[in-house]
Amino acid sequence: MTAVTEPTRAAPPPGTSPDAPLLRTENLQVHFPLTEGILIERRVGEVRAVDGVSLEVRRGETLGLVGESGCGKSTFARSVIRLVDPTGGRIIFDGEDITDLRGDGLRRMRRRIQMIFQDPYASLNPRMTIGSMLTEPLRVHSLARGEQAARRARELLEIVGLPRNAINRYPHEFSGGQRQRAGIARALAVQPEFIAADEAVSALDVSIQAQIVNLLAELQSEFNLTYLFIAHDLSVVRHISDRIAVMYLGEVVELSPSRELYDRPLHPYTSALVSAVPIPDPKVERERKRMILRGDVPSPANPPSGCRFHTRCWLRRELGDPERCVAEAPPLRELLPGHHVSCHFAEEIMGGERRDQLITAAAARSHAVDVSEDEAVAPTDLRPHEDAGGFYGDDPPGSHDERHA
Amino acid sequence: MTAAAPAIEQEERSVGLWGDAFRRMRSTPSAIIGGFIVAFFVLMAIFAPFIAPFDPTRGDLGASYLPPGPEHWFGTNIQGQDVFSRIVFGSRITLGIAVMSVTIGVTIGSIMGALAGFFRGWIDATIMRIVDIMLSIPGLLLAIAVVSWLGRGVVQIAIAIAIVNIPIFARILRGSLLALRDADYVIAAKSVGVSGPTLLLRHMLPNAIGPLIVQATLALATAVVDAAALGFLGLGPPDPRTPEWGTMLSDTYRYLTDAVHLAFFPGIAIVLAVLGFNLLGDGMREALDPKLRR
Repeated sequence: MTAVTEPTRAAPPPGTSPDAPLLRTENLQVHFPLTEGILIERRVGEVRAVDGVSLEVRRGETLGLVGESGCGKSTFARSVIRLVDPTGGRIIFDGEDITDLRGDGLRRMRRRIQMIFQDPYASLNPRMTIGSMLTEPLRVHSLARGEQAARRARELLEIVGLPRNAINRYPHEFSGGQRQRAGIARALAVQPEFIAADEAVSALDVSIQAQIVNLLAELQSEFNLTYLFIAHDLSVVRHISDRIAVMYLGEVVELSPSRELYDRPLHPYTSALVSAVPIPDPKVERERKRMILRGDVPSPANPPSGCRFHTRCWLRRELGDPERCVAEAPPLRELLPGHHVSCHFAEEIMGGERRDQLITAAAARSHAVDVSEDEAVAPTDLRPHEDAGGFYGDDPPGSHDERHA
Repeated sequence: MTAAAPAIEQEERSVGLWGDAFRRMRSTPSAIIGGFIVAFFVLMAIFAPFIAPFDPTRGDLGASYLPPGPEHWFGTNIQGQDVFSRIVFGSRITLGIAVMSVTIGVTIGSIMGALAGFFRGWIDATIMRIVDIMLSIPGLLLAIAVVSWLGRGVVQIAIAIAIVNIPIFARILRGSLLALRDADYVIAAKSVGVSGPTLLLRHMLPNAIGPLIVQATLALATAVVDAAALGFLGLGPPDPRTPEWGTMLSDTYRYLTDAVHLAFFPGIAIVLAVLGFNLLGDGMREALDPKLRR
């Protein structure tokens, strides 16, 4: 395997004023109505899949988006590229409000924003050859037709590392990794500026994941792409992202440059997630203090009051269950330059002895719970759909070093 | 890890899913047997004038009621018409009714199902309530009602059976389309800018049509039975000389004790034709089942 090319970190240093982001959402909401009744539908509530997300994706950067299954990250991506209609807020792409675009305007916008899907087996039409799948976007946007389009399709195949003569093949003749490459080629066909990768590598096995992540990174530097990279695997996200947003129950709870998120998570949820990532070094791994979150994610149809994380928060428990967490929703505030967090008590774990004390106590407590109570949820349960182990977790330490060379 | 894609020979022939399904069908015993039976009846219908030794409508009262023998293989009926020739020519009527009714049923049913499944909303609600009403009437009863309304005749019978089939096809196609609306590749097509008819015709219908084809084949079998039933009930073609299998059965059941062959041979023809279409349909279902793919 070739050494991993580190993604270009074109983003300005944290703290500088954002230079016109390529994509911006303002208080974006996607609520799905819950209805009852057969003939006359009655609204009985709503699932708040995305509930007030304001994010910026800068030109040329990769914004990672992580969170448990069901936290709304996929819905967020789909609403950003207008596959799901937002119920509130605004989406601004390259200075243009695309929230309510319809018809022709929407189609033109779709040339610039593309998506890569999670399941390479479900995302390719089984009755279409790879060639017609790749030429279709060109036809739809009147970019090329006939022999010219076929030439472009072969070129795309080459770009993503598939054989040029595969254009007459059907998806079922490809392996999972190859299918994902084909899906990437389709996204690239219209030369977009922005690509939302929705769990683009989660369905692949670990060795193929690395190939696809590297391919994405190469394509980014080659075509100056901007990525919204969604995953539940923190190791993968860290590898490719410039900044990372952590979502919980439809809200962004922390947003930070990616390295800093791992070194100094400020939200108790993030630090629990980070503590669950295995470290590919046995010595360090043995010292790792894992925090175990108890219980399930609350229903997004009926989110907890105040801070949505308070029902499962270890920090709140350590601090003696302060009333403020239940009463008041914490705003997303910039605690360190470029590092935003929505927690009333984030300062407590910002650093120093206080942080170590709290984390040690919480880890000890959760381990005690782990042994004594059956209902305790093991750290891997934080990422229920993930293969056991992380991106690097399954690899021997040697290969890890090589990748970071 | 080396490059993901293995080297492939330059000029390659790719097998699509339809070709693949056809190949699989050829290795399904029920599809082969069913296919042979169906082909047998189709050939019989096409070459009826060359096969039948007698004019199926011309009776010879001097030679009525003959048992099967070397001259009249299946015997003769009360009017002295040759039963074998009548069965051979009857395949034209029966297959004609079956094919016509299924074609009409599939066409109208698919249009209804496609509209309902693609547009949803009030279009869906309206169409599906009509379908529910149609399905709530027993099929044969509905067919009888339609025939007595339109009048007797081959085309009328075909239309009556088609009307019975319409809601079934509409439902099947709607169901497949609903499942496909959220399929990743349909969403992917939408996200590259495909919309409207192209989305429906290129991305959704080709993937939804499998169950419809299976159902159409099975519906041919039901159509054969329904046509025979209508004929048996006296709602067959108005000209009593028309060699329709069901009518042949009903003309002879009174003489069952004396001349079993008069009921036996048309009965066997009906059973065989139904069996053929059913076996073929089952074989197709197996070959096209998406769960067996991948």
